[in-house]
Amino acid sequence: MNDAVDVALRLLIVFVVFLTFPLIVGQTEHKVMAHMQGRLGPMYAGGFHGWAQLVADGVKFAQKEDVVPSGADRRIFQIAPAVALLPYLLILLAIPIGPGEGAVGQVLDAGVFFVLAVMGVGVLGSLMAGWASANKFSLLGGLRTAAQLLAYELPMLLTAASVAMAAGTVSLPGILHAFHWWWVPWQIVGAVVFFVSGLAELQRPPFDMPVADSEIIFGAYTEYTGLRFALFLLAEYAGIVVLCGLTTVLFLGGWHGPWGADGLGWVWTLLKTAVLAFVVIWLRVTYPRLREDQLQKFSWTLLVPLSLAQIALTGIVKVVIS
Amino acid sequence: MSPATAPHGFLSPTGVEIAFVLVGLVTFGAALVTVTTRQLVHAALWLVMALGGLAVEYLLLTAEFIAWVQVLIYVGSVVVLLLFGLMLTRAPIGRSPDADSGNRWAALVVAVAAAAALVWVVVDAFRATWIDLDGTAAGSAKVTGASLFQHWVLPFEALSVLLLAALVGAIALSRKAKADRAAADIPGARSDRPTEGAR
Repeated sequence: MNDAVDVALRLLIVFVVFLTFPLIVGQTEHKVMAHMQGRLGPMYAGGFHGWAQLVADGVKFAQKEDVVPSGADRRIFQIAPAVALLPYLLILLAIPIGPGEGAVGQVLDAGVFFVLAVMGVGVLGSLMAGWASANKFSLLGGLRTAAQLLAYELPMLLTAASVAMAAGTVSLPGILHAFHWWWVPWQIVGAVVFFVSGLAELQRPPFDMPVADSEIIFGAYTEYTGLRFALFLLAEYAGIVVLCGLTTVLFLGGWHGPWGADGLGWVWTLLKTAVLAFVVIWLRVTYPRLREDQLQKFSWTLLVPLSLAQIALTGIVKVVIS
Repeated sequence: MSPATAPHGFLSPTGVEIAFVLVGLVTFGAALVTVTTRQLVHAALWLVMALGGLAVEYLLLTAEFIAWVQVLIYVGSVVVLLLFGLMLTRAPIGRSPDADSGNRWAALVVAVAAAAALVWVVVDAFRATWIDLDGTAAGSAKVTGASLFQHWVLPFEALSVLLLAALVGAIALSRKAKADRAAADIPGARSDRPTEGAR
């Protein structure tokens, strides 16, 4: 009985985090973008700084008609948003936020592989949407999504493997328990490569070629309206939460901090994740979009060699210190 | 894999065994639909289902590491590559009348023969072996790694050399295609879309 309550409670907490954190990131994005671009943005809904704008947006999405194009493959078109969103819920289960037993949804023996594998599944949603829409812009968006995933999955895996090598384990809590502060400078190249590849996998600017609105309208999501479109947006924000959380856990030491690691470890995790999420938003406002060929070249000629060099460095240091 | 000491019977299955059989049926069904459906992209998506079901079977056999690698490689990469290829060439919505092979009976014979051989080998090798679910996981990353790099390191190295050869071959082929392109425009190797190998 106690076990059942424990499991239910963990699932509930993860679900609540899944429902709220992406929205918080979305709201922060509105405000940060408005400030960085020297404009007000919506300021009226709710009174104080337009805090209720997100709620208003949600209501608007829920009210819109759910349209399926007549030429589309109905069922695939309809389940694509779920395929895009649900993997991120599963990943949140495996991310530890504190040192204790109770600070992670489910301890997995091969956690690194789990999160990377499930993250790749989310992209299938975009592919399904791009194909099933029966729209050439959607199809182009889907193609670009696939090409981007193939290019950026590899550096992401290699850098994650580098951390696993350093820690001698592939379990996420295990990696955190093995963490020392000097890992940050040691793995810094890997951290940057991981973060950048993650951005590309989420199709965030400057890697948003698959949804380039000035060229192919909105890529794979062109034909979507109402709640299904909102689900795709939500998947993007959930992806930001997951990517920042993973970078924190793998490269920045998660709950380790200068003080208070025992009781307040989770504060450090959340703080680092929030700072990284801010960086994601910052990059969107400040960098222009890469062209498709630049995007491919950037991965194959820069990120892959860098991540291989990081693995070599990790191996050498590991052999020297052991 | 250590056989458990308690006796087992087929007439009183445990929950895990029932789940294993049910997931196996779903996987088998998805695999059947994959090869029989007339809609090309649907076949690829049913393949996702079959490969995902296989990953769940690995999980139920306590091989967690293998299960996640299965999802990572097959669902995350191979199927994406398949869909990419389909979408790049042709992926009509609806039925494709020409998506039928004249070799279906030969294919069936080969499939049945391969399945029979695999089932025979597996049944013969693990006839009465039961996994002890209460002890340490027999398929954890640690155990898998130890057995891979202690007992099976030669096949592992042979496979890696094979993969390296395939990689070099792919690069050589795509470079040859690049040289030929000046003479004749090859469909599927357009110059404005860089492919993996050509770069």
